Amino acid sequence: MKDHIRHARPHISRDEDLIFERSAPGKCGVDPLPLEVPSVSASELLGKEFHRAEIHGFPEVSELEVIRHFTRLSTWNYGVDTGLYPLGSCTMKYNPRINEVVARLEGLATDHPYTPPELAQGCLRILDETARCLAEITGMDAVSLQPAAGAQGELSGILMIRAFLAERGNPRRYILIPDSAHGTNPASVATSGYEVRPLKSGARGTIDLAEVDRAMTEEVAGLMLTNPNTLGIFEVQIREICNLVHQKGGLVYMDGANMNALLGIARPADFGADVMHLNLHKTFTTPHGGGGPGSGPVAVKKFLEPYLPSPTVERAADGTYRLNYNRPKSIGRVRAFYGNFGMAVRALAYIAANGGEGLLQTTQDAVLNANYVMRRLQDVYDLPYNGPCLHECVLSDHRQAARGVRTGDIAKRLIDYGFHPYTTSFPLIVQGALMIEPTESASMDELDEFIEAMRAIAEEIEEDPEFVLKAPHTTRVSRLDEATAARKPILRWKK
Amino acid sequence: MRYLPNSPSDRAEMLRTIGYGSVEELFSQIPQEIRFQGRLNLPGPLSEQEILDFFREAASQTSREYASFLGAGAYSHFRPVAVDAMLSRGEFFTAYTPYQGELAQGTLQAMFEFQTLMTQLTGMEVSNASLYDGSTATTEAVLMALRLTRRNRVLVARSLHPEYREVMTTYVRHQGTEMVNVPYSAAGQLNMGELELALKPETAAVVVQSPNFFGVVEHCRKVAELVHQKGALLIVSVTEPLSLAVINPPSEADIVAGEAQSFGVPVAFGGPYLGFLATREKFMRQMPGRLVGQTVDTEGRRGFVLTLATREQHIRREKATSNICTNQSLCALAATIYLCLLGKEGLKALAEHNLAKAHYAAHQLLDVPDITIPFQGPYFNEFVVKVPGGAEGLLRILRREKILGGVSLGRFYPELKDHILVCVTETVNKATIDHMARVYNDYAKRKKSGNARKATASHALGQENV
Repeated sequence: MKDHIRHARPHISRDEDLIFERSAPGKCGVDPLPLEVPSVSASELLGKEFHRAEIHGFPEVSELEVIRHFTRLSTWNYGVDTGLYPLGSCTMKYNPRINEVVARLEGLATDHPYTPPELAQGCLRILDETARCLAEITGMDAVSLQPAAGAQGELSGILMIRAFLAERGNPRRYILIPDSAHGTNPASVATSGYEVRPLKSGARGTIDLAEVDRAMTEEVAGLMLTNPNTLGIFEVQIREICNLVHQKGGLVYMDGANMNALLGIARPADFGADVMHLNLHKTFTTPHGGGGPGSGPVAVKKFLEPYLPSPTVERAADGTYRLNYNRPKSIGRVRAFYGNFGMAVRALAYIAANGGEGLLQTTQDAVLNANYVMRRLQDVYDLPYNGPCLHECVLSDHRQAARGVRTGDIAKRLIDYGFHPYTTSFPLIVQGALMIEPTESASMDELDEFIEAMRAIAEEIEEDPEFVLKAPHTTRVSRLDEATAARKPILRWKK
Repeated sequence: MRYLPNSPSDRAEMLRTIGYGSVEELFSQIPQEIRFQGRLNLPGPLSEQEILDFFREAASQTSREYASFLGAGAYSHFRPVAVDAMLSRGEFFTAYTPYQGELAQGTLQAMFEFQTLMTQLTGMEVSNASLYDGSTATTEAVLMALRLTRRNRVLVARSLHPEYREVMTTYVRHQGTEMVNVPYSAAGQLNMGELELALKPETAAVVVQSPNFFGVVEHCRKVAELVHQKGALLIVSVTEPLSLAVINPPSEADIVAGEAQSFGVPVAFGGPYLGFLATREKFMRQMPGRLVGQTVDTEGRRGFVLTLATREQHIRREKATSNICTNQSLCALAATIYLCLLGKEGLKALAEHNLAKAHYAAHQLLDVPDITIPFQGPYFNEFVVKVPGGAEGLLRILRREKILGGVSLGRFYPELKDHILVCVTETVNKATIDHMARVYNDYAKRKKSGNARKATASHALGQENV
């Protein structure tokens, strides 16, 4: 009996092959739909030049095998549904199930984008209502839901700044970006034909007004900033900064990635931003989906409205909705059709579930959670910028690095304790950053467990750093060799 | 609020623990003058039941009771129920980008499988893990070609989806790049003579869609020969990838990019969709978007990681290959599940089904007096019909019969204002096709008698009256 146990191997559920390796000729996960019209010979119809007889290597498996395959794969993942996911800057909050149900309703999931507008009033209404809610939350005057993700929202916004300034004679050459910014900011600016001028953060981690004053010349089109910034700190001089930029003829773009800190608390339009994007997949609970689809609506003040991507959704005096393609000043299209409609459905469901009061409570809880974690960890992990934070806090591995253990290692060890890691090594202005954003979805009990785990890891580093360096110890695979993966890339399965 | 796990006493205890009297103190860093003083004017709070009611009401104001012949870059296909059953697993849809590989092997392995499937379909050597949609994927392919060739002229077939061309214009406008349209021929394919004339030494790339916006399959091999002679790259955009199950892939192309919404992603009024980009191995390091690679763990077990990240914005910032941060992971997962279910034979059978139904529909419409199919090139599940004297009018009559008869091309091509792009997938049945053909016939008859009446009343050129 004992021998049997010793020889027992892990069940296949823990070592699922690639689907291609389960394939065998003659298997299929669907049965064909009967054809009620005369069949055709594809080879005759298309001829030798065009006809394809076979897709080599394509899988052949039954429905059950597909179900088991993907069920098993899913168990190797960690999601918000699994537990705390304190990934800084990513706002990993609960994705309500009702959102998924309404997005799949027949009509909403099945209307074609070229359905005549009079037959797609329900869809257009959802786009219009979502835009109206986002305008209210940000204080802005108009919103386009076309950008497919945050980075595309950034690109759209910067292109609008360019179009506005170009119309006044000179688009200018540079955009100022603080060194604490997300990597998409400089990348989007480069795509829009501007050059990046980095702004050095001040001693408190925020933007230095004098620095803006120095950098803000006639050649600068505007400032792109994140508020609260990636340290989770509000730019206290935001009004003065925006005024300065405006005085010198520039515009202010705000990256709305951290909007979860401000719902019902402060509105970017009120403190000086001219254009901003929102991430529906962060603040407004559309699921991250393992990396997309996102949605990055762009919101603007009245004077930038003519430049919004085309088409726009409009509500006529009789209450009907239409698409307006006649927008001569528009920056054009940034993607086909009208944006990630399915994400607008989910975001609107979330906003309506909360109402204004609910969103305010959400922000308050998110901010309280972040401060709770920060205060209870600052005696074991360095806190480079002290002071109450907003939705996230940033610690550093300064003390642990002295024992040879870095932020990335601590993150891996956290996995063994059952948590998804925080964001490592970002923002770049903090050496060895641990960026923690618990969101409002974390309960006090779970935060206590997380804090306990983080403290235990700090002790382990003192006692046995080697053990931490080899983490994770409990996952299906141990640390993966990323260097070899990049040096000799294998990007597909081959027989 | 049902989504918040902390109780009022939890909140009080947390504040006490960290030494604050009220949550308001945490916001004291924000200057009072810019604090929002009012109440947000938003709907809600609504119970779950009220939310369902609201969206059901919205869903009733749609075309859900109509049969649809709409295609043009978004295709209605049947989605096996297993797709949503798997997508709805929280471990998949509530996970983040798989930066922490040890906790994301599920997503990573599925993306590796997606990449493999896309290379098999397109005849390319490598594929990324997806992009936003077909329009941006095709545009990213152009940006990639500009980087690879260091040239600055792009030739774009006019038969490329008009909205894709618009997106491309938005993106390249500020890159110092010249974008030139190449006309289509009488057969509805790329005009080779015009292409040859337009191909100059500074041409970076030629962009062709196949099957193109008119549904016509392009001679990709011939185009490739011409393009490569001039040292330019060929980008083939595919918006209906189901066609690749019966039509030879454009393996002579340098980049194949496009839209894979057809594979298990609902049309959902235009998004989210599933852009893809596949290319040759030698161009791999200039690809935009995420890539998943195979590797081993410390004990030699196979595992998967995001790789070649040095191309990406979070490392390279303004020097990245693209500003793209995300992919369309969940849509790519849907496509992977869908393609595994259908598999080699199922996908082929479905493609042949589409081919047969589209050709049946085309023949029914061709039997109608005065109706023609102007573009004679081979097609898959989409074709253009010419309705002399008014596509819009006919489409309106079809709508009365609860049929969305196709996309009127006049809005995109002024010279094709009498033309309708008709798409026939497995989701329409024979009875609907026959019904549509009857409406066409009635229309033709009425028009004929109407014309006769008008002729006798000697004002034959009067406004079409529908």
